[in-house]
Amino acid sequence: MAVTAAEVAVLDTTETPAPSKRRFRFLRGRKTVVGLGILLFFVLIAVVGPWIAPYDPDAMSNELLQPPSGAHWFGTTQTGQDVLSQILVGTRGVLVVGFVAGIFATILSVLIGVSAGFLGGTADELLSVLSNVFLVIPGLPLIIIIASFVSDTGDLLIATVIAFTSWAWGARVLRAQTLSLRRRDYVEAARATGESTWRIILFEVLPNLTAVIASGFVGTVIFAILSEITLAFIGVADISNWNWGTVLFWAQSNQALAQGAWWWFVPAGLCIALLGMSLALINFGIDEFVNPRLRTETGASRKVRMRVGFTPVARTGTTEKETRS
Amino acid sequence: MKYLLQRLAFYLVTAWAAITINFLIPRMMPGDPVQALMARFQGQLDTSAIASLKALFGLDKQQSLWQQYTDYWSHLLDGDLGLSFTFFPTPVSEVIAQSLPWTLALVGVTTLISFVLGTGIGVFTGWRRGSWMDSLLPVTTFISAIPYFWLGLIAIALFAVKWPLFPAAGGYDSALVPAFDWPFISSALYHAALPGLTIVLSAVAGWILGMRNMMVTVSSEDYVMVAQAKGLSERRVMFGYAARNAILPNISGFALSLGFIVGGTLLVEMVFSYPGIGYQLFQGVGAKDYPLMQGVFLIITLSVLAANLLADVIYMVLDPRTRREA
Amino acid sequence: MSEPVLTISGLNVDYGTGDAAVHALRDIDLTLHRGEVLGLAGESGSGKSTLAYAVTRLLSPPGVITGGEVHYHQRDGEALDLLTLTAPELRAFRWQELSIVFQGAMNSLNPVHTVHSQLTDVLKAHRPEMKRAERTARAVELLSLVGISADRLSAYPHQLSGGMRQRVMIAMALALEPEIVIMDEPTTALDVVMQRQILRQLVKLREELGFSVVFITHDISLLIEFSDRIAIMYGGRIVEEAGASDIYRDPCHPYSDGLLHSFPALHGPRRELTGIPGSPPHLSAMPDGCAFHPRCGKALDPCATQVPVLARPDGDGSRTVACWLHQPTPATAAPRS
Repeated sequence: MAVTAAEVAVLDTTETPAPSKRRFRFLRGRKTVVGLGILLFFVLIAVVGPWIAPYDPDAMSNELLQPPSGAHWFGTTQTGQDVLSQILVGTRGVLVVGFVAGIFATILSVLIGVSAGFLGGTADELLSVLSNVFLVIPGLPLIIIIASFVSDTGDLLIATVIAFTSWAWGARVLRAQTLSLRRRDYVEAARATGESTWRIILFEVLPNLTAVIASGFVGTVIFAILSEITLAFIGVADISNWNWGTVLFWAQSNQALAQGAWWWFVPAGLCIALLGMSLALINFGIDEFVNPRLRTETGASRKVRMRVGFTPVARTGTTEKETRS
Repeated sequence: MKYLLQRLAFYLVTAWAAITINFLIPRMMPGDPVQALMARFQGQLDTSAIASLKALFGLDKQQSLWQQYTDYWSHLLDGDLGLSFTFFPTPVSEVIAQSLPWTLALVGVTTLISFVLGTGIGVFTGWRRGSWMDSLLPVTTFISAIPYFWLGLIAIALFAVKWPLFPAAGGYDSALVPAFDWPFISSALYHAALPGLTIVLSAVAGWILGMRNMMVTVSSEDYVMVAQAKGLSERRVMFGYAARNAILPNISGFALSLGFIVGGTLLVEMVFSYPGIGYQLFQGVGAKDYPLMQGVFLIITLSVLAANLLADVIYMVLDPRTRREA
Repeated sequence: MSEPVLTISGLNVDYGTGDAAVHALRDIDLTLHRGEVLGLAGESGSGKSTLAYAVTRLLSPPGVITGGEVHYHQRDGEALDLLTLTAPELRAFRWQELSIVFQGAMNSLNPVHTVHSQLTDVLKAHRPEMKRAERTARAVELLSLVGISADRLSAYPHQLSGGMRQRVMIAMALALEPEIVIMDEPTTALDVVMQRQILRQLVKLREELGFSVVFITHDISLLIEFSDRIAIMYGGRIVEEAGASDIYRDPCHPYSDGLLHSFPALHGPRRELTGIPGSPPHLSAMPDGCAFHPRCGKALDPCATQVPVLARPDGDGSRTVACWLHQPTPATAAPRS
């Protein structure tokens, strides 16, 4: 009787602090917080952008090619359009395409990657070859070709095309992860008790892939946003839809560079870089959560330099040393 | 050897898949954009040109899909990619043959430089964790998030417009005739400097981050601890044990991300009007020149596959486990 | 007893710094004598590997040594404080005086270098005057010492079997004829027959070469068979230290007793296998008092609040134990702060 009680007590003390601490650390990681903060900022602009834009992004005015001023924070274009308004209005398109493509591609990669890893055998080999083929074929030229064959290049279509060419990386990572999960005890146990394959995948495998799926999703969103902006920039996507790439397209085709109109293309590029960085930071947070070795130590550890192979000796702060002879 | 044959088989499958995708795209799309193009150039196209365009883009509706497919292949194997409408009436294969060397030189050299440079810096930042170099990581992350072409725009704005140190466009001085002499080569190098720097700067960040993380991961492997326990010199532990193993996944990563990198570098060519295939693709897109676009896509894919095969050979040399003979 | 070769006193090791730090080792006192085999036993997480790596300062981040001393006694009688050595001094000390056979040879050999390269790079580092041919000859000699033919020199680790890899590690550990060899679970991944074969070989080599051994394993029956003295660890402390036969015949600490009943003995009378209820405590949630008291069937009142220190049990001069069962009830002992 006493033994079981003690066992419970030991289990309690060992089990509870660890997981809650880990979850806590993941959310509190500085990188993740900064990343989520920037992302939230852009999401907010995507929602309210068209309302807070000071001008109609298409409206021309007589203030041609003006540098930033109180009236036009980001200056004006060749035809007197307000660059700030174009950026604010264009945020929505960028995020919508990025996230829609990310969701589509993630669904594809989960379907293909998890089935390949879980089914094994010939199915696995075929699906692996399929994803490797899509991984090696250069995505951007393929997207350009497909997009330029289609007459109606709306946001949804662009997102679908991007998703179609960018699911392979996620599928590859997921397959490897599923493969290692499949051999774990609890999956074997579930199989032995006769649970159906789909139940096992849904309830035993997928929950353990959450971090990998999330990281793949964020990675695809980065790729999708870059691709979409590129497509707009080279004029393949519909240029009447405002997004940051469209701003750059007009800047480029109106010789903004040669005219020294830096304000025309600098804000859009900085926004892309900021958004990309925020997503990359979130991904680092996830990576460090999955692979604790990557964590950079923070806080009070500055005094003691950690070095692989040479354990630091910090004898000054000896605690509760019960000296005996 | 078995490893290499397997990879070779895989690349053949991939090449086949890319060509088949190329075959299917125009046939699956609604409307007949190529037909419209041909109508515009009516009278200027001779019969053999019409025949090859019909075969390549599936305009002959009487044929079965299989018939079209075999026709398509026989044209491809003859090196016939159709006529370019942008550079009418130059065949696509000729346009590509002229521009491919520029791309191979620019993209090949800069990609190699950025890989070597980034891997080297990554080795040091990963090994000396917690040193001042870690404070560079946020900057690196920021740079790696910048699209190549925008960095190119900034480079032009700064170093070609504001301070005209470098030319803003072109691959060589237009007054020169391409030849293997010093004036031409120096002019080509001068023109390649700015686009090259752009590519290196944007690509290097990714390699630094990747290699750093691999170094950190490998540093806690048992064999690195054994090397430390053996009292080997820091150089030997760092390069012979940690970096030597950390570079392996980075090389497979190099092969796999080549497709992404090439996409970015094509854009740099467009921004700098550099006479490579990226710039041709850009002009093809503007003019809806489908034969040119598809030809460029095929060539890019085949080049990426060749580079992948090269990376595999290097990997095989570096990792004894792939060389298992018996 | 012969002279000491390694003395550890009051060693404290933390994982992490500041508020997040957990104590991995506390007040470790231990002496290794010249030529003896000292066994370190305990469940995983008890701190036995941490102890081995802390002594050589090989503990990976976030390990920090926060107190204590480790002295290495050279043949001429001079003592070297290992915790104050600079990095170059430490490098020169390592492997020359103290080598390690690591846990799990699978990952201890560098997969991209040949056996030859991994055996000779240590010679190159410590014996710069040796010529290439001499190094190769030494490598061949080392391999034959552990019963591996010279043609395996050019092999890569993946081409060797598990047992062969372990023997290569042992050969490597003997390359510079060190005074001390620490063996951290050297045979855990191998089957029982292979285990004993390799350990017998080691015992033979030790008799020939005269080094001291710290033998770490959770398998106490192996320790009793192969070591002279045994120290048993629990929760980052040494809870009992005694001669191998004393521990076997008459374990003082209830935890030692439990460990003895967790493994089948290969020789001698059969014991009943009972195991120890519960699981070892997490470092970040160490119970107050004696860390073992929640699992101990014989726990007394003070066990839950006060830490017992290592002391000689009544009437026995050759062994120490940290348990209130064998010490006067601590009315006077200071409570743990």
